[in-house]
Amino acid sequence: MATEPYDRYEYDVIVIGAGGAGLRAAIEASARGVKTALICKSLLGKAHTVMAEGGIAAAMGNVWKEDNWQVHFRDTMRGGKMLNSWRMAELHAKESPDRVLELEEWGALFDRTKDGLISQRDFGGHRYARLAHVGDRTGLEMIRTLQQHAVHTGIDVHMECNIQRLLKDGDRVSGAFGYWRPTGTLVLFQAKAVVLATGGVGKAWKFTSNSWESTGDGITLGLDAGAELIDMECIQFHPTGMVWPTSVRGILVTEGVRGDGGTLKNSEGARFMFNYIPEFFKGETADNEKEADAWYEDKKNNRRTPDLLPRDEVARAINSEVKAGRGSPHGGVFLDICTRRSPDYIRKRLPSMYHQFKELAGVDITKEPMEVGPTCHYIMGGIQVDADTEATCVPGLFAAGEVAGGMHGANRLGGNSLSDLIVFGRRAGLAAAEYVKTLKGTVSADRGQADAAAQALLEPFSRSGNENPYAIHADLQECMQSLVGIIRTEGELRKALEEIAVFKQRLGRVRVTGGREFNPAWHLALDLHSLLSVSEAVTLGAIERKESRGGHTRDDYPFADDRFGKLNIVLRRRNGQFSVALEPLAEMPDELKDLLKERK
Amino acid sequence: MAAATEVTMRVWRGDATGGAFKEYRVPAQEGMVVLDVIHTLQATQAGDLACRWNCKAGKCGSCSAEINGTPRLMCMTRMDTFTPGETITVAPMKTFPIYRDLVTDVSFNYEKAKMIPAFRPRPKEADGTRRMQQADVERGQEFRKCIECFMCNNVCHVIRDHPENKTAFAGPRFLMRLAELEMHPLDTHDRKELIKYQAGLGFCNITKCCTEVCPEHIRITDNALIPLKERIVTEYHDPVVWAWRKLTGKR
Repeated sequence: MATEPYDRYEYDVIVIGAGGAGLRAAIEASARGVKTALICKSLLGKAHTVMAEGGIAAAMGNVWKEDNWQVHFRDTMRGGKMLNSWRMAELHAKESPDRVLELEEWGALFDRTKDGLISQRDFGGHRYARLAHVGDRTGLEMIRTLQQHAVHTGIDVHMECNIQRLLKDGDRVSGAFGYWRPTGTLVLFQAKAVVLATGGVGKAWKFTSNSWESTGDGITLGLDAGAELIDMECIQFHPTGMVWPTSVRGILVTEGVRGDGGTLKNSEGARFMFNYIPEFFKGETADNEKEADAWYEDKKNNRRTPDLLPRDEVARAINSEVKAGRGSPHGGVFLDICTRRSPDYIRKRLPSMYHQFKELAGVDITKEPMEVGPTCHYIMGGIQVDADTEATCVPGLFAAGEVAGGMHGANRLGGNSLSDLIVFGRRAGLAAAEYVKTLKGTVSADRGQADAAAQALLEPFSRSGNENPYAIHADLQECMQSLVGIIRTEGELRKALEEIAVFKQRLGRVRVTGGREFNPAWHLALDLHSLLSVSEAVTLGAIERKESRGGHTRDDYPFADDRFGKLNIVLRRRNGQFSVALEPLAEMPDELKDLLKERK
Repeated sequence: MAAATEVTMRVWRGDATGGAFKEYRVPAQEGMVVLDVIHTLQATQAGDLACRWNCKAGKCGSCSAEINGTPRLMCMTRMDTFTPGETITVAPMKTFPIYRDLVTDVSFNYEKAKMIPAFRPRPKEADGTRRMQQADVERGQEFRKCIECFMCNNVCHVIRDHPENKTAFAGPRFLMRLAELEMHPLDTHDRKELIKYQAGLGFCNITKCCTEVCPEHIRITDNALIPLKERIVTEYHDPVVWAWRKLTGKR
């Protein structure tokens, strides 16, 4: 195929992805004086971050003076079942308050306490009310604040540009290659450093809270460039997604509903979470309704309601109730806030939940309970990075936000994602700028690599096959939902691998019709490359981790195994073949170990 | 679940050079929204049918279109709100140039956003904090619910019927953003000149079309545009203010 001219740009740093992490990374890199571009595959301000609802976890102590970074660190590590990178959890707990206050300096309008400070709300697994929030639309506030700040900082923003390959000059990253979605024209970015901030992978599952963008692009870009993945098997199924109508199944129902007083009930009206308190959390969880109810007002003398156990625990409990035949009419359970709270309170604290149920399901949550069930929400695993700099093992390549692994261990606490984005987004932007400044010599983007990528990108237009990319995507989602879901077994995981191998063959026979201008069938055909890579990586990791921990539950290995608790499952891919290794977690310093022991 | 019923959709297909409505028959399941039907069309009959969407939950504002002539989010428009048997027409937003099918070039909005100077807060309190009362932040919070679907700008006759006004008018979305900054308890910028001249507040004759189409139910006209007009009137046209400034020399 003859190659065509590409649009060409040159930057010091390019940031791929414009959610919270990407925006914050670009702002930081630009502030450090390097020429920076932000590239996003949707319009600016539409990234999946806008869907985050509940809040940003930061131990500011505005509501509970007893809160501090040490408690936040402990909650995060315990919530992650100790598989977290302790250094990331430490940096995150220490720095998130400053990052929240920085958003306020840039114009964010958080809800306030009576003294006029930023208010904080309760969330699962957090010992104190800790989430800075704006009603239930905190992600929107974060992305708008960052966006409005960024457009005045001299960053070039390239919208609706989909990056498909990273380019390398020897071992180093030297740029990226992709296409403009509106025109289909190909584009080459030469860059000294690349920050991946592309978010998650939820679109590999059938029922997901994720937007169309969550196709695992950055994970695949990184893999193809030589980066390592860790703990890909750790997938968070958020306990409360909508279950009905079918077409909206999976849409998120914020944990804020439970934080603000909502309780889970089965078809018998029983608050079943009292039956699912694991040994690990017994000391800090109320074992009766009276204490749980009292906790909302008096946290000193009562233990937390089990409705707010970490997400993995709640999702498994709902799954078990439904399996036992105690589910709601559409296969979920009931989430009831109208019994405890007044209509005014609900509409004020949870306006978008009210709106969402009213308009999409015809349910008035101020009068009747919601029907909810688990939905694929977040990947804890991802690209392995250095905790302090977010550098990958590929020189010049950085990763921050959901695309990176380590911070959340085996299970992420609610609210820790938005704070992750701004803490590590900033650190990645800073480190990328420093890397560029100390880089000796120049890097060049290799035309041959770009030409090979171009050929692969355009192939679906000229093939003779007859596969429909939408059909492959639907089949992949069925496969991952039924075989690599909340509860897993080796037999089903192996079956998933076989199916994924067939999907890969089918992808090679996809033919798209129509032109290159904004052609969604073509876009999906290209996104399937990363969806399949990610699905394979998750399944391989899930086979290897022969234990149950956080967002990875094995029916054939139902308990946590201390041996696996000290290991990352590390995946690499060379020439299209994955290799799997078990590698030890870094040893935690004694002073941090002491924080984990402390228990009241 | 109820069986699928077949619906008739007329969807605009074409690009900047021209196009036409094309009719499709599509099965629709109970509870579906217009965006689901568009997705079904893509998967089964028209793989290259272009539309923007991201969250499918009414939170990102990407899937704006004109459904039976009314600007709506496709993801929040339930199929069961139409009369059974009714043909449902889906067209792109009219005010912005067409890329292809339902996708328009909305760069107008991003250019206007850049024109607005960033938030600039006053110094912190003596104790190093920033204090604002909930009642004071709520005014701005209403406007910050905006998901930038750009349907208010799409429906505003100032630019919908008069594209020549686009250079001199920021549209309801960005006038509301200016109102939000004007009402921010901490902001120190004076944007009144920008509001009056470059953003063209005077073009707005409060027909409330923007408020009617807002999927977030923001009271754009009553709570943003009218108060903004009052401030501008006070600043530029109030004889008492004028005389006070003349006498004291204070602005």
